[in-house]
Amino acid sequence: MTRYLVRRAALLVGTLLLASIVLFVLLRLLPGDPANALLSVGATPDQVAAARHQIGTDRPLPAQFGHWLGQLATLHFGTSFVSSLPVGPEIVSRLAVTVPLTLAAFVLAVVVAVPVGFVAAHRSHTWYGAVVGVVSQLGIAVPAFWLGLLLVWVFALHLRVLPAGGFPPYGWSTPGDAMRALVLPVVTVALVMAASLIRYVRSATLDVLGSDHLRTARALGSSFVGAMWRHGVRNAAVPVVSVLGIELATTFLGAVVIESVFALPGLGSMLVRGIAQHDYPVIQGVLFVSTFAVLIVGFLADVAQRLIDPRLRTGRL
Amino acid sequence: MKKQRIALFGAVVATALALAACGSGAGDASPAAAGKSDAIIQVGSLYEPQNLDNTAGGGQGVTEAFNGNVYEGLFKLTDDGKVEPLLAANHTVSADGLTYTFTLRDGVTFHSGKALTSADVKYSIEKVLAPDSKSARKSSFPEIKQIATPDPKTVTVTLAARSISFVYNLSYVWIVNDQAGSLQAKEDGTGPYKLDGWKRGSSLTLTKNPSYWGTPATNGGVVFHYFTDGSALDNALLTNAVDVVTSEQNPDALAQFTDNPAYKVTDGHSTTKLLLAFNDRVAPFNDVKVRKAVSAAIDDKKLLQSIWGDHGSLIGSMVPPSDPWHTDLTGVNAYNVDEAKKLLADAGHAGGFTFTLDTPNYDPHPTVAAFVKSELAKVGITVDINVITADQWYTKVYQNKDFAATLQEHVNDRDVVWYGDPSFYWGYDNPQVTAWIKQAEQAPSEAEQTDLLKKADRQIAEDAASDWLYLYPQIVVASTKLSGYPVNGLNSQFFAYGIQKG
Repeated sequence: MTRYLVRRAALLVGTLLLASIVLFVLLRLLPGDPANALLSVGATPDQVAAARHQIGTDRPLPAQFGHWLGQLATLHFGTSFVSSLPVGPEIVSRLAVTVPLTLAAFVLAVVVAVPVGFVAAHRSHTWYGAVVGVVSQLGIAVPAFWLGLLLVWVFALHLRVLPAGGFPPYGWSTPGDAMRALVLPVVTVALVMAASLIRYVRSATLDVLGSDHLRTARALGSSFVGAMWRHGVRNAAVPVVSVLGIELATTFLGAVVIESVFALPGLGSMLVRGIAQHDYPVIQGVLFVSTFAVLIVGFLADVAQRLIDPRLRTGRL
Repeated sequence: MKKQRIALFGAVVATALALAACGSGAGDASPAAAGKSDAIIQVGSLYEPQNLDNTAGGGQGVTEAFNGNVYEGLFKLTDDGKVEPLLAANHTVSADGLTYTFTLRDGVTFHSGKALTSADVKYSIEKVLAPDSKSARKSSFPEIKQIATPDPKTVTVTLAARSISFVYNLSYVWIVNDQAGSLQAKEDGTGPYKLDGWKRGSSLTLTKNPSYWGTPATNGGVVFHYFTDGSALDNALLTNAVDVVTSEQNPDALAQFTDNPAYKVTDGHSTTKLLLAFNDRVAPFNDVKVRKAVSAAIDDKKLLQSIWGDHGSLIGSMVPPSDPWHTDLTGVNAYNVDEAKKLLADAGHAGGFTFTLDTPNYDPHPTVAAFVKSELAKVGITVDINVITADQWYTKVYQNKDFAATLQEHVNDRDVVWYGDPSFYWGYDNPQVTAWIKQAEQAPSEAEQTDLLKKADRQIAEDAASDWLYLYPQIVVASTKLSGYPVNGLNSQFFAYGIQKG
């Protein structure tokens, strides 16, 4: 297991490095001059040249890349072209919105999806199974932003029980307000996530329920619950965990849309602003952190699968 | 760039809100204000500062939040467009108009506690003119020969040439503490509010300055809440999360506020003009007849009506009604299709022609481009719409001047003077106009300045230097509990110190 962990971690670092190169090159291929975002109509050519020099885009590309890698190695993300403020602290403050949003939605989705999916599989031939099937299919079809707007309309504009958007000026130092601000976004993301999770849990459970070994266990006298617990859940969990990893990563990246609907100061809105302003350090910083998060989640999912399934441990990687 | 939003969002929100408007009233108040003088005013805006320094590219947002609230100038531009002394107690101008002597107000201290001196003023002016300054106003400043500080209360500025706008331009210069260092993430001003916190991407909090030199703010503080999506901002106003929206940019959303007694919609004077700017250097738009024909072929009134309904106004030239040298020139090159056809025939384009219209990709430009295309088709002109980003516009049109015609909004007041600069992107070159505008800047009195700029303004209208499509509305939407807020948003300022709630 230790050798596996080391190899898997080395792969993670390698992927990250590769991603950073791709990121850097792709950004530079975009048309447009970041100096433009700094200035407005009325700027003189001298001001444009000075702006380029200040942000360093007048230097050769390899030098710019080396500079960025050097900063990354010391865990710095550089300073924003537009604001001249360091990118790192802003990413940290925005993670304080995006990470709780993603994790809370994830937990809520799992808490809803696992029992609902399990029971839907167990009772697949009853009205309950059919309703779950239809509703979860609907949930997959509905775009997250639309659901978000619907929830805003009902709970903020009509019932007035929750804020329509925004985040309190003092952030988590007013925890009550911060949590209230996250309720609707969390529910939105969780419902959409739960819809697809339910289907995975249901089909994984159905596979297990129809399997020979479970039937054998029952024939040898195990109760349904006992058989499921000893021989069913573990088997059903393997595919579900890998889907969970992908879902978590997707949610993290998909926060862009939800943050815009709810006017949340998260990583997604920072990325959108960075792209609009050609602010390379901001885009690079956010995408690097996102890539890292996605790879870590993938890593954890892989490790979890090996812990659950001993066959993966003995087999070759 | 500032109004990018996902069109679909808008459509869905508009539908949802239209339904919501039927059912819900104003709702009850958010946490009740303890008393008028310590109420916190919640302001909603679409313009978050890029950073907190207006000479380092802080942009429109920092002007809105800080001008007059956190930082003060020697002079201030009031909401109705007058220039009044602020940190300058008084000033004198030498007979040749070149030397300005300013006496500073007594008892002014920075938020850090340091007393204001002439050295701070010198430092602040030099900061705007420095080589790395990103101030949009840098180019409008006159050449300054010398800034002297004979004593802590006196500043003497010597100009290379007369400049009647000098005092007006000083209203953009924040007086900052010369010891404060970088001001991109903090402030040290003299204004009625201090910065309490800036949560990037979300909000900026100002608290009352207890040791303010002048009349203290009538409220306890201000929180600016920033939104990137106009519909989310409207929702915040509808749910009392904000009390006032500094500039409503969503025409479709206005109905829900105008029909609701809990809100007041105010039309102020805007200085933002929408231009169909020709490249006056190259054919066919180097021909004044062609420019006049295009101007006459477009029904500006119908365009404005279709975008803003009953808001906004028509303009006949670059000068908005709030500028001192405004004349109503809407009658020059007014909408007249027959006249347009005749002008085109005279210019040798009886069969029409084709040109490319570079169109910024954000609202309202694409809609306007489609309208222009259909109007010009009626006189035989074919328009190829080329949609570009703000960034591409800046490189292609503004810097390289590689275009035939373009759409663009010009936001500042007093910007008719660009028609006196033949190297500006639109390339309008009339030596008489250039001379008038130059003379106006060096005029000994405001009356003469006004007179000369009026002449220049009429000439550019007659030459159809550009086609001025309309003047944007400046709409402030506020809860009826609020009073004392500025409505004109002149140059994006938003003085908050007079606002009362309750």
